[in-house]
Amino acid sequence: MRKNLWITIFLILLGVILAGLIDWPKGPDIDFTLFGKRFYKELKLHQGLDLQGGTHLFFEADLSKISPSEINSALEGVKMVISRRIDALGVAEPVIQVVSKKGLIVELPGIKDVDKAIELIGQTAQLEFREAILDKSIDKNNNIISFNYDDWKDIGLTGANFKKATVIINPSTQKPEIAIEFDKKGGDIFKEVTSRNIGKPLAIFLDKKILSAPTVQTAITEGKGVITGDFSLDQAKKLEIQLNAGALPVPIKLIEQRNIGPSLGKESVQKSLIAGLIGLLLVAIFMIGYFRFLGFVADVVLLIYALIVLALFKLIPVTLTLAGIGGFILSIGMAVDANILIFERIREELKRGKSLASAIESGFTNAWNSIRDGSISSLITCLILWKFGASLIKGFALTLGLGILVSLLCSMIITKTFLKISIGTCFAKLIEKSK
Amino acid sequence: MRIIENSKIWFSISSLIILAGLVSLICWGLNWGIDFKGGSLVEYQVKNLKFEEIKDIISSTISDATISKTKKDSILIKSSTLEKKPFEELKRKLKEKNAKVEEIRFETVGPAISKILIRKAIWALLLVSFFIILYIAWAFRSVPKGISSWKMGFSAIIALVHDVLVVIGLFSILGHFSNIEIDSYFITALLTIIGFSVYDTIVVFDRIRENLKYSNQPFPSLVNKSIMQVITRSLNTSFTTLLVLFALFLFGISTIKYFALALIIGFIAGTYSSIFIASPILVIWSSKK
Repeated sequence: MRKNLWITIFLILLGVILAGLIDWPKGPDIDFTLFGKRFYKELKLHQGLDLQGGTHLFFEADLSKISPSEINSALEGVKMVISRRIDALGVAEPVIQVVSKKGLIVELPGIKDVDKAIELIGQTAQLEFREAILDKSIDKNNNIISFNYDDWKDIGLTGANFKKATVIINPSTQKPEIAIEFDKKGGDIFKEVTSRNIGKPLAIFLDKKILSAPTVQTAITEGKGVITGDFSLDQAKKLEIQLNAGALPVPIKLIEQRNIGPSLGKESVQKSLIAGLIGLLLVAIFMIGYFRFLGFVADVVLLIYALIVLALFKLIPVTLTLAGIGGFILSIGMAVDANILIFERIREELKRGKSLASAIESGFTNAWNSIRDGSISSLITCLILWKFGASLIKGFALTLGLGILVSLLCSMIITKTFLKISIGTCFAKLIEKSK
Repeated sequence: MRIIENSKIWFSISSLIILAGLVSLICWGLNWGIDFKGGSLVEYQVKNLKFEEIKDIISSTISDATISKTKKDSILIKSSTLEKKPFEELKRKLKEKNAKVEEIRFETVGPAISKILIRKAIWALLLVSFFIILYIAWAFRSVPKGISSWKMGFSAIIALVHDVLVVIGLFSILGHFSNIEIDSYFITALLTIIGFSVYDTIVVFDRIRENLKYSNQPFPSLVNKSIMQVITRSLNTSFTTLLVLFALFLFGISTIKYFALALIIGFIAGTYSSIFIASPILVIWSSKK
């Protein structure tokens, strides 16, 4: 029996050291090879937008023209395009999430120029080449009489037929232009259209607005072209990103925006940390004051508890937000409660004159029912919040739920082992005194 | 202490608080934040300019702006506008006066979002109640002597509704007098309170179940005895959790301050209701066959 206890103590110690290593701010990453498979994980505490600053955007998709069965694939398409556009922006760890039947959430941590990003993400970017129609868009002398989208003929050549778009600076005008390379199908259409339109203009529309209408000089056969227009270098670069990422399958509209400056985030972390530490310290003092030696044991277990939870946050990884910190701090309350329930029961048994060993044993057995039922009902709540909540509530439910599980483990295994091992040592008297 | 015999006193105290809250709800409603009614909330840090001057510039640029000073040099503006342009204009005007302006946060929420949020919260509330009744009915299925575990489940839910009403009611009063707003943190707090309220009630019921196994006392005095056995634990637990919450309330940042306050009210209500509401209701219910 006693030997088993020491083995448990050893395992707990091992776990604590491991958790401590993971928690260490500049701790090692996981990187090892097992049976020829490499396990690699960068260990760091992921901070949410409200802690590190950044922007949270909600785009509503215009799904009125999409049949219900295609809504989800349309939204997935939007997600793919937006992801590619954001990749080109170079934001670290963006979050892009489809909200079923509504639109998309985009979170960009640490971004500086929010307005530029919004513009880049939100534009449909449907680029189209259109052929001139006599007497509608051009007159007999090939002069353009209308830039109206509907006055030009659809030839089925769009941004979807591009292989690549690149910004170049025209050496003679010093103006930015976009060189495009068509795919096979696009090249064929372009060849055909240019050969039958020599001397006539060909219009290029972006989201049904005219971009430029260059005159075709010769038939272009090698599947390459240049878009000129009156745009700045910035605009040209944006267009390049959008063309390479593809057009949005449905238009989207920004309806929610939350920008958090980095200074506010830093302040939040600091203040929550201080508040959390003060709270913990008060709890620790109260536990020792009220439960004496037992309280001290509870405090040690609480410390181990905090180490394990933090390590889990890094391992899973859990993105920590303000609400998440709230959940974590609250779960500390629950962890303490499990210990209080057990200690009250042990005291009761001791007062009835039971021996220490049997008081500890029945204290745990009696408290277990309450702890189990209470934890399960709280976990049910967490699960439902996690499933149905908005992203803020999700973070809270995750940290709280995780905390409850770890607290169960800590009180039922670690506290129990600590108390049992002290039977027959000098600590036993301290426990008996604390009744 | 005769908790069960004095049920009427406890019920009256709760009824008074809930009634006051309901009256406030009917008269003043809730003070919804932009998370729910839509609009924008902007915080700037403005240096080199007097608060009065800043205020004048803001009011002349954004007509329906409510302006408050959050801390040194920081100004919080709330408005129903969803456009960014007026704020760009505002920044330009402030800079013209040689002020140094830094945007600390900028939030706009369209009204469509709030509907999703409220619907989700109500769904979550109903689902939590439903599953918890089921769980309690199942976990306590072996209670002897004809005490129905379903009655236990429903008593727990009545205590839960009690706690939710107390918190919503008090926040309606606070919203009217102290301008505290209902935001998504409040919803999170409310949902947490639900979880803890049930947890607290379960600890009491668990003791009742245990005592039923070994004792032949009449039910009311048995419940009373059970409550007296767990009351120190309930108070200790609430006290420690409240310590942490008060620390958050006093030292935390403004966004999480009222989150902590809602939890403080909810935890006090939750501890109270598990002892003084849920158990007496169970007794009254079980005596009326």
